[in-house]
Amino acid sequence: MRMIEISGVAAAIVLVAVTTPVHAADKPSDAQIAHVAYTAGDLDIKAAQLALKKSKNAEILAFANDMVRDHQAVNDKALALVKKLGVTPEDNDTSKGLVKQSSEKQAELAKLSGPDFDKSYIDNEVAYHKTVDGALQSTLIPSSDNLELKSLLQTGLKIFTGHLEHAEHLANALH
Amino acid sequence: MLFVGRRAALIVLAQALAVAAPAGEIVQVKISDLAFVPAEITVNVGDTVEWVNEDFIDHTATAKSGEWDVMVPAGKSGQVQLDHAATITYFCRVHPGMTGTIRVSAKR
Ligand SMILES: [Cu+2]
Repeated sequence: MRMIEISGVAAAIVLVAVTTPVHAADKPSDAQIAHVAYTAGDLDIKAAQLALKKSKNAEILAFANDMVRDHQAVNDKALALVKKLGVTPEDNDTSKGLVKQSSEKQAELAKLSGPDFDKSYIDNEVAYHKTVDGALQSTLIPSSDNLELKSLLQTGLKIFTGHLEHAEHLANALH
Repeated sequence: MLFVGRRAALIVLAQALAVAAPAGEIVQVKISDLAFVPAEITVNVGDTVEWVNEDFIDHTATAKSGEWDVMVPAGKSGQVQLDHAATITYFCRVHPGMTGTIRVSAKR
C-alpha cells in the first residue's frame, strides 16, 4: 500500500514537471523545428544506405538512391537556411524520439536479407514517411515562425508525400 | 569500291537524320514546386517537349506507356521529340503524384 502511494506521488510530480511549461511544449521553436526536419531526413538517408548495402532488388535500390538524393538536397537547403538565419538547430524530445525509433528499426532490418529485408524496408518507409508527413502537417509547418523555413518545410512535405506514394506503390508490388 | 560504299552510307545517314529531325517547335513545360506547369499541353507530331526544372530536386518525365523516360535534373532541362499522334500521360518516377498529359496531333 505504501509503495503504491509513493509511486502515485512520484507520478503526480512527473506529470507536473511535464505539463508545467505548457506554452513551450505546445509550440516548438524554429531551432527545434529545423533540428527535427534535418534529423528526419538524415535518418531516412541512413535507412536508404542500409538498403543500398543489403538489397538486390532493382526497384528497391532505385528507391533508396532517390531517398538519398532527395533528402540530401532538402537537408542541404535546410543547413544553408539555418546558417543564413543564424539559428542553431536544437536537439529536442521529438528528434530524440525519431532517432530512438529509427535506430531500433535499423537494428531489426540489419538482421534480415533478401525479399524479407525488401518488404520490411519498404513497409517501414511507408510508415516513416507517414509519421514525418503527419508531424510536418500538424506541428512543424504551423509552428514555424520564419517564412523561409515554413516554405522549405512546405516543399519538403510535397517531396515526402511523393516518396510516400512511391513507397506505397513498391510495397503493393512486393506483397 | 569500299570508299564509294562508305560515301553512299554517309549520304543515307545524312538523309535519315534529316527525316528524323523535322523542324518542329520546342514546347516548354515548367516543373515548379513538384508540379508540371501546364499539366496538359497539345503539340504536333515532330514537336519537342522541353521540361525545365526550377526545383532544387531532380525529377523525371516518364511516359506511362514506357515509351520514354526523361531525366530532368534540378535546375536543368530534358527533352523528348514526339514522333506519332497519341495522347500520352506521364509522371515523375520519384514523386508519382506529379502527372501530366501531352496530346500529340498529326500535322496538317
Ligand atoms: Cu519528381
